[in-house]
Amino acid sequence: MRATLNTLLLSRWAKPVVFALALVPLVWTVWLAWTGELGAEPILESVKQSGLWALRFLLIALALTPLRLFTGVAALARFRRMLGLFAFFYASVHLLTYVGLDQFFDWPAIGKEILKRPYITIGMGAFVILTALAATSTDGMVKRLGGKRWRALHRGVFLAGLAGCLHFLMLVKGWQSAPLVYGALCIGLLAFRRWPVRLPNSRAARA
Amino acid sequence: MLFKFPTASQAREDEVTPHGLYLSRRALIGGGAAALALGGTAFPQAARAATFQVPTTRQPADAALDAVTPIKSATTYNNFYEFGTGKADPADGAKALRTRPWTITIDGEVAKPLTIGIDDLLKFSLEERIYRLRCVEGWSMVIPWIGFPLAELLKRVEPTGNAKFVAFQTLMDPERMYGQKSWVLEWPYTEGLRLDEAMHPLALMAVGMYGEILPNQNGAPIRLVVPWKYGFKSIKSVVKITLTKTQPPTAWNRSQPREYGFYSNVNPEVDHPRWSQATERRVGDFSRRKTLPFNGYGDEVASLYSGMDLRANY
Repeated sequence: MRATLNTLLLSRWAKPVVFALALVPLVWTVWLAWTGELGAEPILESVKQSGLWALRFLLIALALTPLRLFTGVAALARFRRMLGLFAFFYASVHLLTYVGLDQFFDWPAIGKEILKRPYITIGMGAFVILTALAATSTDGMVKRLGGKRWRALHRGVFLAGLAGCLHFLMLVKGWQSAPLVYGALCIGLLAFRRWPVRLPNSRAARA
Repeated sequence: MLFKFPTASQAREDEVTPHGLYLSRRALIGGGAAALALGGTAFPQAARAATFQVPTTRQPADAALDAVTPIKSATTYNNFYEFGTGKADPADGAKALRTRPWTITIDGEVAKPLTIGIDDLLKFSLEERIYRLRCVEGWSMVIPWIGFPLAELLKRVEPTGNAKFVAFQTLMDPERMYGQKSWVLEWPYTEGLRLDEAMHPLALMAVGMYGEILPNQNGAPIRLVVPWKYGFKSIKSVVKITLTKTQPPTAWNRSQPREYGFYSNVNPEVDHPRWSQATERRVGDFSRRKTLPFNGYGDEVASLYSGMDLRANY
């Protein structure tokens, strides 16, 4: 099973397929908007969906390493960069829909909101971090920065994740469960990096 | 009261908008060109009879500026946390709500406490009123409600001299209102008004909308509508009304007192701590519009708050 998965994930079709799958939420949301099925407030719904998918891709990208260690499917590591970049992609869509559709490029209003509303400030912070990580995601940049510095910088992904979850928690009304679940997953993944759990049957434990 | 308010019999003939016209407006939006091309026979649905044949006593001054929101939006985009926090949740979840039998108990500082059944509530003199609805989240709708003034109900119980506030309570039924099992708010949902606000002729008890019985997701079988306040003040599925000496606790205020005040009058000058209230998007519109003080009802209600600091009493 592990070998089959590894072979599948190493095939040259694996990346294009994952790439296409990662675009499904975007295409689906655009389709729903186009057909008028995105509900009464399609603009807010697009902002919400793109934000949720940014968080989801971030968590998926972060989960790949623990998943690889638990399952021993080494090929999972190939997809970290792509899925991390998709988190950045959906975060960009999220920001663009907010700026362009929700606020309709009302820059003074947007600037005021970013400074005045902590949840927007925090969300923008997460986006700035993701932008820095995306900009330094190429092989060339890894070389230029050097492995050590690059890894230090890219640990910022956890900060972006936590900021994203906090942004979500702060913007909903009342104590809702969804942002708490996302936050708990993010903290769990962070804790795993800090104190890696070694399961008896994991490859990491045997290695 | 100082304001003049037209009673049902004072409504001019041309102010009365039959249910069919809403349908035809929707047809106009939906089928646009086709409907226009048909010219004189453009509105075949106009013949359809509504459940409530009642006079329209109130509608926006500018029907183009405040066009009635499509019924589909008003019945699928709801905040009714008893049935989940998603906007589309109540449309499905509220099917479980049992609206018969249903009573409202009115007690507290009243001379004649009363428990009244929904069928007797439907015997009040009903009228249609087209009100703007502004949600605290920054979106708004225009809804044709069917109902009667809250004042009519309160007069029946004869509030005593001690009565200063009116507390409202939603049904508590966690088996059907599964949202009440979550801790998003303290259940049952409660709301409150000052007595003079409650007696104001604009404050409505609604039993229907769009000419029909109130859909479950909109607060069936009977709800409050206070058009100059943020939507969450307009409590749904009311079972209890208590007149009190002191300001009663209200659900959102208890949950986040800094964000949701007791008064919660629509006010573009006072931001919600987490977002601006200066603008709103009318559901169905692309761009935002400026929010009006008291949601545009200032001429009629601002006097209720004369001398009050509306920034402190948000």
